[in-house]
Amino acid sequence: MPDATGLELIAHELGEAVVETVYFRERATLRIDPATIRATLQHLRGKGYAFLASVHGVDYYPEEPRLGVHYELLDMAKVDRITVKLRVSLDAPAVDSVTDQWPTANHQEREIYDMFGVVFDGHPDLRRILMPEDYEGHPQRRDFPVGGEPVIFTYDEAKWLESRA
Amino acid sequence: MSPPESPTLSEYRRREQSITLSPLEQPLEGGSELTDELLTLNFGPHHPATHGVLRLLVTLEAEVVRDVKPIVGYVHTGIEKTAEDKAYWKVIPVVERMDYLSYYFNAMAYVGAVEQLLEVEVPTRAQYLRVIHLELNRIASHLIWLGTSALDLGSTSIFLYCLRERELILDLFEMSSGARMHTRYFQVGGVAEDIPAGFEAKLREFLAIMPKRADEYGAILNANEIVLQRLRGTCPLDAETLLSLGVTGPLLRAAGNPWDLRKAAPYSSYEHFDFKIPVGTVGDNYDRYAVRLAEIYESVKIVAQALDGLPEGPYITGDRKVALPPRHELATSMEALIHHFKLVTEGFRVPPGEVYYPIESPRGELACFVRSDGSSKPARVHMRDPSFVNLQALAPMSRGSYIADMIATTAMLDPILGGIDR
Repeated sequence: MPDATGLELIAHELGEAVVETVYFRERATLRIDPATIRATLQHLRGKGYAFLASVHGVDYYPEEPRLGVHYELLDMAKVDRITVKLRVSLDAPAVDSVTDQWPTANHQEREIYDMFGVVFDGHPDLRRILMPEDYEGHPQRRDFPVGGEPVIFTYDEAKWLESRA
Repeated sequence: MSPPESPTLSEYRRREQSITLSPLEQPLEGGSELTDELLTLNFGPHHPATHGVLRLLVTLEAEVVRDVKPIVGYVHTGIEKTAEDKAYWKVIPVVERMDYLSYYFNAMAYVGAVEQLLEVEVPTRAQYLRVIHLELNRIASHLIWLGTSALDLGSTSIFLYCLRERELILDLFEMSSGARMHTRYFQVGGVAEDIPAGFEAKLREFLAIMPKRADEYGAILNANEIVLQRLRGTCPLDAETLLSLGVTGPLLRAAGNPWDLRKAAPYSSYEHFDFKIPVGTVGDNYDRYAVRLAEIYESVKIVAQALDGLPEGPYITGDRKVALPPRHELATSMEALIHHFKLVTEGFRVPPGEVYYPIESPRGELACFVRSDGSSKPARVHMRDPSFVNLQALAPMSRGSYIADMIATTAMLDPILGGIDR
C-alpha cells in the first residue's frame, strides 16, 4: 500500500485533479474531479498501477453529489493497491468511459449504468446488463424500493392489462 | 418482420417482440453475397454446455466463430440490494448464494471486509479453520468444474467420480456446520463453531484419498484422445491480454503469470503454509485444465498443514460487541444476556467507512466492497465476482476457432452464473 505520505506525493503529482485524499484502514484513496478520470488512471498506470481490478458504483444518498464510481487499481509488481473515487450528481451523471484503455471496464461500466444510471461517455455498447432491457429505473439507488414488482406471464397477461386500465 | 399490433399485448410483449437481432450481424468481407453469409446462432440460455443460464449470441462463418456476445442477467436476484436491508450478520447467508459453488469464499470476502471496518482481531485458530474450509471448498468447486467440463468434452464417467469425491467434502461441511451447502460457517470475528470430535479423523481420511483420486482423473483424461484434441492448442490467450481484460485466477496462471493473492497478499494466515502455485506455459485450454487439476493437490497440502498446525484457542473473537456470547454464559451473566439481545435484535454497528477486501477464489480475485454509514446495516455491498469479469475473455479467446472449441473454452472458463448475475 502507498502509506499516507506516499498517497500525498501521488496527490501532489496529480495536482488540481485531486479533490480529497483519504487514508483509511491502511488503504489509500484518491477522490478526484470526474472530468479528469482518464488522465488520472493513465498517470497511475505510468506509476505501475496498471491492473484495473474493479469498477463499481455507490449511491451516497442523501449526500450530494450522489452517485459514486470507484476504480480499484493494483500494482502487481509491488503488490500495492490504490482506489480512485469520483462523484457525479443525478442531474449530470456522466463520466468518461475508460473501456478503450482498460477493456475490463466494459461489463462493469454497463453494470453501473444499469444499477445506478451513471452514463459512461464513449462506452462502445452501453446497455443494461443484468436487468431486462425494458426495465425502468436504476434498482441499486438507495431510494429505489424493494419488492412489489408484477411478473407477467402469458396466462395472466390479460388480467394484468385489465388491472392497469 | 414486426408482428401485427394487437390490443391484447402488453407494452412489455410488444417491446419483446420488436427486438431484432439484425444489428448484431456483420457483413462478410470479401465473400460473394450469394454464397457466403454470416450466421447468428443463439446459444443458450438453457443449454448444458453453458454451465448455467448463460446466453451466447455467436456469429458464425460456417463453423468458425467470428464473434461471441455473452448475454447475462437471467438469474439476477438482487442480492446486493437485499444485503442493504439486512443487519451485517444476516448478510452472510445471502452473499453465500452468489457464487453457489464457492460459498465459503463469498462469506470470507464479506466477513473479511466487515472485520476490516470493525478492526476486529480474528483468533489464529479461527483463521486456520477458515483456511481448512476454504481449501476444501476450492477442491469441491474444482471437482464440479472438472466433472461438468469433462461432460462437455465427451468424457462422461469422470463426472460421477468427481461428484463421489465432492460428497466426502460435503459430508465434512455437514459435520462442522450442519449444512452441506451455504453453510454460514464463517462469522464476523471467527467461525460459528469449533470442529466437532471425529472431524479430524474424517478429514485425514479424505486427505489420504484425494491425491490418489486426482491421479486417477489425470490418468483417465490425459489418456483420452478426444479430450486432448479438444484441449491442446485450442483458444490460447496471452497473459497481457488477459490482464487488460481483468482476468485473474487459474486462467491467468495458465498463461504463465503466477499471480495468486494467497501468496502475493496473504490473508487469514496463508503465509504460514507451504504450497506451490501451478502455472501453465502457453495458456491454451489444456493449460487451464492442468492448472486447476494441479491446484487440487496444492489445496490438499494446505489443508493437511492447517490441520497439523491447528493452534489451540478460541474459534471466535472474544469481543462481545461483535460475536455472540457462549450459551452457558446466558444463564449466569446479565451482561451476556444484554449483549445477546442487542446482537440478535439490532446487530452490531460498524464505524463509517469503505473497504475493498480481495481474496483468491477458485476463479480469481473475489473482492467484497462494503460501505458502512455507521448504522447496523451496510449501505452498500458489492462483490467483484471473478466470473463476471472473466466472461469478457470468452470472445477474444474463441474468435477464429471452431464452435466445438468455443464449447471447450466456455467449460475451461468455469463461469458460475450465480456469481455473474448476483
